[in-house]
Amino acid sequence: MAMTMAEKILAKASGNNSVGAGEIIMANIDVAMTHDLTGPLSVESFEKIGVPKVWDPEKIVIVFDHQVPADSLDAANNHILMRKFVEDQKIKNFYDVREGVCHQVLPEKGHVVPGEVIVGTDSHTCTHGALGAFATGIGSTDMAMVFATGKLWFKVPETIKFDITGKLGDNVFAKDVVLDIIGKIGADGATYKACEFGGETTRNMSISDRMVLCNMAIEMGGKTGLVEPDQKTFKYLEGRTAKSYNVMKTDDDAESLETIHIDVNELEPQIACPHNVDNVKPVSEVEGTHIDQVFLGSCTNGRISDLRMAAKILKGKEVARGVRMLVIPASREVYTKAMDEGLLKTFVESGALVCNPCCGPCLGGHVGLVGPGEVSLSTSNRNFKGRQGSSEAEVYLSSAAVAAASAITGKITDPR
Amino acid sequence: MKGKVWKFGDDVDTDIIIPGRYLVLRDEKELAACVMEGCDPEFSKKVSPGDIIVAGKNFGCGSSREHAPIAIKGAGITAVVAESFARIFYRNSINIGLPLIEAKNISGKISEGDIVDIDIDNGILKDLDTSEEFEIKPLPKFMLGIMDEGGLINYLKNHIEEIQD
Repeated sequence: MAMTMAEKILAKASGNNSVGAGEIIMANIDVAMTHDLTGPLSVESFEKIGVPKVWDPEKIVIVFDHQVPADSLDAANNHILMRKFVEDQKIKNFYDVREGVCHQVLPEKGHVVPGEVIVGTDSHTCTHGALGAFATGIGSTDMAMVFATGKLWFKVPETIKFDITGKLGDNVFAKDVVLDIIGKIGADGATYKACEFGGETTRNMSISDRMVLCNMAIEMGGKTGLVEPDQKTFKYLEGRTAKSYNVMKTDDDAESLETIHIDVNELEPQIACPHNVDNVKPVSEVEGTHIDQVFLGSCTNGRISDLRMAAKILKGKEVARGVRMLVIPASREVYTKAMDEGLLKTFVESGALVCNPCCGPCLGGHVGLVGPGEVSLSTSNRNFKGRQGSSEAEVYLSSAAVAAASAITGKITDPR
Repeated sequence: MKGKVWKFGDDVDTDIIIPGRYLVLRDEKELAACVMEGCDPEFSKKVSPGDIIVAGKNFGCGSSREHAPIAIKGAGITAVVAESFARIFYRNSINIGLPLIEAKNISGKISEGDIVDIDIDNGILKDLDTSEEFEIKPLPKFMLGIMDEGGLINYLKNHIEEIQD
């Protein structure tokens, strides 16, 4: 039977030869990730079930990234609770405050391989589909079930395949492509569907760029983002993982497949405007908008390629007076590379603040909050009301290049 | 179930339901004290046990934070009615035993303050102020099973051995 990549992965995980969209299946979970913010609820729920031990301590990954270092006693208490769980349950893969954002740390540390089912108590778990895994965000009670049984039920999703073609212009990036797509299909345009990104433009993209596409699948309601694994995937995995893996690909004649063609030849930088991610406009329509803060970081655009691009633009320039710029590398690996390449020096010299790897203002509960009436330009993935602090603040989303160019001028600026 | 309606629009996201700065909390009552603060800081004081939320499309979009349905349930809201729901919020709500009711073209026809009566078994929602009736989409059988047993934790307690097999 012809199947999509998502169907093939779920068929294997549920011990079936084939599954079809709409079917409800029970899948075996390969990786279960939780973090310092949603982890405590997951642990609490797990303890209520009454099963003394987790199903497999080697398949659970715990990352502290949302409130690191602890910014309050509540956060410190949550960290204590999670560290105790790690110790009691002998969780092998625990990344305390030092490693960075979970969606960057998991692939870097080799936990993500093609063909596996990955769940995380974070909606941006869909990022990991960039390496060809079926990865999706779940809640804390679902995670408690996974902790207890290693299984979770899923409704097999239909797939939308975005066939992306054309050459991206100078200073136009994967972020602009995915914002353009979300603007076109809407915040619920892919609800409950797998979003597979393909076409020559996707194939030409780096793994980091593919992560940007998959990261934002949830912003159109998608259950997961996916990219077919290729030589770039295998090269990324080299030296990172000892796991063996299965490469699955979508059959062209799969029944539940809908294809949408996207041409990026004429695409200009895109901006998601307040207060919805699908409120997308080309940069030319919002150029000149005053900004108070710039956030370069997050699981969307806090990778080394983003930092390189921003540093290139900021080199020898100064962040505008009255603008705060926060640079938050997505992981320790990214931070170290940025240090070795002199990028952090460029940021500091330009007047930006460089923080430790963490989720930063994207959580709206840790560092770098924006106040009433202030405007944030952010390379992260959500601009909901109150997302970065005050519900009377405004958040615009962009690529790293737009963020850096705008930091210098103090207003939204086309980097081209 | 019967209750007084509070109206919300389309794309009510999880940051509106419970802003990120409150996610350090886990207690149902503490979370309920901040529910919907993102769009109405006074909402938790206005809402009464037994009330019902009626909203547009894509309710609960955004984060996987289970704090969102917990805050709604903790405030005494007995059901959320919407034209559609975001998927993680949908699962989370059913898992904690908060009934979600999907009904097409409903949000423009029901007014804030109306009393609605929801009959899940017969798939009918009735606005008692206008006497208008709406068909509601039935929950998938599997999810109804979880709801009937009071949420996923209870369901697991009852069925853990068959799932582990």
